[in-house]
Amino acid sequence: MNVKAWLFVLILLLPSALHAQGYAGLGGSADGFDIPKPGYQFEFPRDHGPHPSFRIEWWYLTANLSGEDGRDYGIQWTLFRSALKPTEAEGWQSPQLWLGHAAVTTEEAHYFAERLSRGGIGQAGVTAEPFEAWIDEWHMRGPDPRALSLSASGAEFSYDLTLTAQGPLVFHGEDGYSVKSADRQASYYYSQPFYDVEGELRLPDGDVAVTGQGWLDREWSSQPLAADQSGWDWFSLSFDDGNKLMAFRLRGGRGDFTAATWITADGAATPLPDGSVSFTPLDTARVAGRDVPIQWRVTLPDRDLQVDVSAITPDAWMATRFEYWEGPVRVSGSHSGRGYLEMTGY
Amino acid sequence: MLLNIDKVQKSYPGGRPVLRDVSLTLDQGQTLALTGESGSGKSTLLNLAAALDSFDGGEITLDGTALSSLDDCGRAALRRESVSLVFQQFNLIPSLTVAQNLSFHARLANREDTDWTAQLAERLGLSDLLTRYPENLSGGQQQRVAIGRAMAPRPKLLLADEPTGNLDETASATVLDLMLSLVAETGAALLLVTHSPDIAARLDRRAHLTGGHIA
Amino acid sequence: MTGAIIQALLSHWRRHWLQLATLLIGIALATGLWSAVQAINAEARASYQQANDQLALGLFDELRDPSGPIPVERYVSLRRAGWQVAAVLEGPLRISGRTVQVMGVDMVAYPALPAVTQIEQSETPPDPADMLTAPGRLLAAPDLAQVLRGQSGLPPILTSDTVPPDLILTDIGAAETLLDKSGQISRMIVLPDQPLGVPPLSEIAPELERIAASAQLDAASLTDSFHLNLTAFGLLSFAVGLFIVHGTVGLAFAQRRAMIRTLRALGVSMRRLIWVIMAELTALALIGGTLGLILGFFLAGALLPDVAATLRGLYGAPVDGQMSLQPQWALAGLAMALAGTMFASGHALYRLARMPLLTGSGVQAWRVSALGQRSAGLIGLALIGSGFGIGLAFNGLVAGFVMVGGILTGAALTLPYLLSLALSVFHRRARGPIAQWVWADMQAQLPGLSLALMALLLALAANIGVGTMVSSFRLTFVGWLDQRLTSEVYVTATDNQQGQQIAQWLGQQVDAVLPIRSVELTHETGPLFLYGIVDHQTYRDHWPLIASSDDVWDRVLTGEAVLINEQLARRAGLWPGDTLTMNTGHALTVAGVYSDYGNPTGQAIVSMPQLDQIAPGADTRRFGIRLAPERATEVTQALRDQFDLPRRAVVQQAAMKAQSLAIFDKTFVVTSALNVLTLGVAGFAILTSLLTLWTQRLPQVAPVWALGLTRAQLARLEVLRSVLLAALTAVLALPLGLVLAWALLAVINVQAFGWRLPMFLFPADWVYLFVLTLLAAFAAAALPALRLMRFPPADLLKVFANER
Repeated sequence: MNVKAWLFVLILLLPSALHAQGYAGLGGSADGFDIPKPGYQFEFPRDHGPHPSFRIEWWYLTANLSGEDGRDYGIQWTLFRSALKPTEAEGWQSPQLWLGHAAVTTEEAHYFAERLSRGGIGQAGVTAEPFEAWIDEWHMRGPDPRALSLSASGAEFSYDLTLTAQGPLVFHGEDGYSVKSADRQASYYYSQPFYDVEGELRLPDGDVAVTGQGWLDREWSSQPLAADQSGWDWFSLSFDDGNKLMAFRLRGGRGDFTAATWITADGAATPLPDGSVSFTPLDTARVAGRDVPIQWRVTLPDRDLQVDVSAITPDAWMATRFEYWEGPVRVSGSHSGRGYLEMTGY
Repeated sequence: MLLNIDKVQKSYPGGRPVLRDVSLTLDQGQTLALTGESGSGKSTLLNLAAALDSFDGGEITLDGTALSSLDDCGRAALRRESVSLVFQQFNLIPSLTVAQNLSFHARLANREDTDWTAQLAERLGLSDLLTRYPENLSGGQQQRVAIGRAMAPRPKLLLADEPTGNLDETASATVLDLMLSLVAETGAALLLVTHSPDIAARLDRRAHLTGGHIA
Repeated sequence: MTGAIIQALLSHWRRHWLQLATLLIGIALATGLWSAVQAINAEARASYQQANDQLALGLFDELRDPSGPIPVERYVSLRRAGWQVAAVLEGPLRISGRTVQVMGVDMVAYPALPAVTQIEQSETPPDPADMLTAPGRLLAAPDLAQVLRGQSGLPPILTSDTVPPDLILTDIGAAETLLDKSGQISRMIVLPDQPLGVPPLSEIAPELERIAASAQLDAASLTDSFHLNLTAFGLLSFAVGLFIVHGTVGLAFAQRRAMIRTLRALGVSMRRLIWVIMAELTALALIGGTLGLILGFFLAGALLPDVAATLRGLYGAPVDGQMSLQPQWALAGLAMALAGTMFASGHALYRLARMPLLTGSGVQAWRVSALGQRSAGLIGLALIGSGFGIGLAFNGLVAGFVMVGGILTGAALTLPYLLSLALSVFHRRARGPIAQWVWADMQAQLPGLSLALMALLLALAANIGVGTMVSSFRLTFVGWLDQRLTSEVYVTATDNQQGQQIAQWLGQQVDAVLPIRSVELTHETGPLFLYGIVDHQTYRDHWPLIASSDDVWDRVLTGEAVLINEQLARRAGLWPGDTLTMNTGHALTVAGVYSDYGNPTGQAIVSMPQLDQIAPGADTRRFGIRLAPERATEVTQALRDQFDLPRRAVVQQAAMKAQSLAIFDKTFVVTSALNVLTLGVAGFAILTSLLTLWTQRLPQVAPVWALGLTRAQLARLEVLRSVLLAALTAVLALPLGLVLAWALLAVINVQAFGWRLPMFLFPADWVYLFVLTLLAAFAAAALPALRLMRFPPADLLKVFANER
């Protein structure tokens, strides 16, 4: 077992405790850390930056891209913050740990890389103004999140993209207070789902110019999952008619908990309560020794929506310190479009 | 008087007396046979006379020297200079050749006379054996070497302890004849320990040792 | 029936308890010395291996700043340029009179270390928050952990038996505080997976040097020479011990012949006898071996702290000073004892098995035929010849050892013949009867003593050989230090610009400023470090050339030719006149070869313009400064003050030399300890031989005593004989030892390490050894002689007694 894995797993608690403790420790207790409360007043640009008094936080960007070669691509750029203690300190003594994940998914392959650092020395971090999130040479940078340059690299790939927001920020749940269980475990959660993306991917087969749409999720909490929740299936779908759907299902011993947000093309967001959306796995693939659903039926009767969601590449497995599936999907049925699917706890 | 043994006493380390007031004299040119039972002390008396061992009481005078007055060095010098010994076990020096053994004692005593030694070798029938080592000789040959070695310094006194005890009859006779004739020729005195009355009969005098006394 | 046989055989030992003791001591000494050396070697090697495994040393390339510590900002800038590196902060820490090494790694970025894995998988794994944030946690081996726990003001201690001795492993954050080196990094390791598009080091951190994992000093290969020495010593000691065993077993068998004949006459089969005797020998070997193991354990325990200190000091190889008893070590030791005893008894057993029932006299024949000695001598000569032949005909370390083995065995076999030749010459020349007898008697005594003398010969040869090697090595090393460290002060600047400033500043006040510039290139045989030099008398006078052509310096300095180090010369087979081709495509004639001890990599020297042509842009940050030695301290301090240089960036030559020599001398403390021990064993072999010969000596001595020598005279002669034999052996051991030294220096060292050491002769050492040998022989003969001096005449007379 690798020391870094040990560190991160202990930070996020052990995988063996997954069923009792929630996926990757997100169900752990919150001693000393702040807890999200309803009625929070978001303030920007401050809230684009980190919240060290919360245990966990992320800047999570995914994008569905089309190459000049006519093929579909997906990219992921994620920076996780995980706090050992609800404080910040200078130098090596900083209790703030940072974890970066980046991936490029083509129709045939999935490339990913991972970075780990601690705060305090400047190797990784986030500043709100001017906005920059970085770990090593990876960065997501702009005067503010409306216009970003994004880059990451691994041993086999790298990308340089520019992102321009075409719509407003979207707040999930009760004005950004997103409930994650029947016991009202919750997080603060907002998104910027309206990025136009262009840039270049460097892949083992050569460089390819790409354009497409990107979606940034911002979320922080100290204990977003209930102790008996074991993982989630999270969908961000962009339909050809301009509407978007964020929907997730938290799997747990006392039955699934679902939540969703319907986002119209102009950015108006409607939260959809537990049970509004239903998720049915249609097909699974054997990935990394596990059976992972790579084709889903998602129905939202309120909006007359019944779509089949299928992975562009079944093997979009992130074999990182904590492992999960994250990849681009195609949508067909009552609505067509594309999006990203994330599945944890399999 | 060459050898005067006067009331000599000797006990073994355990305290058991071997010799009690033994007295004996021997003149220049005389031969004396000392007989006695096994364990009667005849070898012990011979060893005392040869200054090989010390005694507890009385006195032994050899050629005017009182042995009790001598230390280790003095006794060694006396053995070198005045006495020669022939043993039943021959006791040649195994690492030296016959020739070297023959002349060894004479050279120790600084009295080597090569003509005499060569003559001795001749008479003892050793001329062809001079380059041999003792282990390659028969018992009779070895004893002849021992006699040669003893006579080479022309000793005043020859002490012999059962010189023929390890030899067969023929060899015995030869060895005894040679020894007696050489003693007679050089005028040495001889004290010979034997248990054989036949041998004793061939010497000038006889003394019998029994129970620690001369009978 | 077997019980009766055993009883009969064992009764011999009851009557000859001294013989039994000798036999057991012989086995114990052989096993003990061998096992001690094995234990030391195993312990030291295990320590390096442990350290390498546990600290991931030598697995990754490293980045270092030759002028001192790296600021943490540099680490961040490398990281932010994409370089995947992990920071390490190291330094010594004094704790209650003991210096321990602190190794602080960035636990977040550093590769997995066994100690951390062990801790994490323990029943009560520490909270990572505690490991990473103040005050942190210290990991240490159990014994050090105990010491640390007794100290106040330290972070909590975690115990792990996979941390190397005398090392504290901790997070870099805790190490900063512990070492008081805030914001500093000692080195960075370059992690294996690097992302695409990382800029070259020269663009972002030109002051850092990348050191390839292969170029890092690997403790295991460096210390091989040390272990080679120890192993050779262990084997020699074992052989010397076996001589004792062989001698004693032979005598015991000879003395039991009559008994064995009687047993056979009574109907015991030879096969059964052999089995019982084998069982007896096995039991003796196991008892002696066990004693040897105890001896070896304590001997190793006594020597190990020195060895550990040596290895730590010389190579920085961490070695635990504590012995731990390994079952496989004990088993191997007993197996050696058993195998050695059987080997040493083989000849005696063979002769016993072939002994006819009815012939053969009681005790062995006194005089061994000259023929036997001569044929042993001929076999010995053949062995010496084939040893040389193999050594010259084949390459490789094994051939080298076969050669040394052949020469040593052959010489040992030839010894009795040579001694007997010498003695017969003396015998012939002797005039007095006593002298004649003494020489003749020595010749006669020779067969009984020859094994002990062979042991003495080997011990002396080993002493001379190893001593010559060590002293030659030291002299060469000192000379090499003098030659290579000619400048009085060495300085390393932070960058090229500062280098220029320093050179200018120094220009007016010192005799010369010699730039030291180098680049790393590659050659088909491995890495090649190319150095540039300016023309200065210093090089012409002092550089240690082992092979050179005409006008070597002029040709190098005009850019026509190149100098290479011995390692490269031997590896690539390049000698003056050949052409060195570099990976840059440049080819230069080799003008000379210089010695370069301890350096594992290839090196070449060209003129400064040539260096700029071959590899433009080499740094100019290091300088050797020539000045009057008494000004060195003053200039050193001035440089530090003027340019704000850290201590290690300005070094005085005298201090460097003194430190190097102190370390060197410590290395061979153990060698000299083993030297004395081997000689002691050989002395003991003489003593035991004399004691076992005692009963045979009486019939030799008694007639001479009867013919008029005193016991004191005879005793003196006994001592004289022993001393004379030892002296003769020592005289014969001298050439053998020199041949051994030559083999070690010119054959084995070259095969093992790639460089040849010149051989120097140290006659004063020989005289010392000669005197020591005479003293050993004197001591060995003193006891039997004393016994003879006090031997009661009555007992001497028993030799003549009729009823014997």
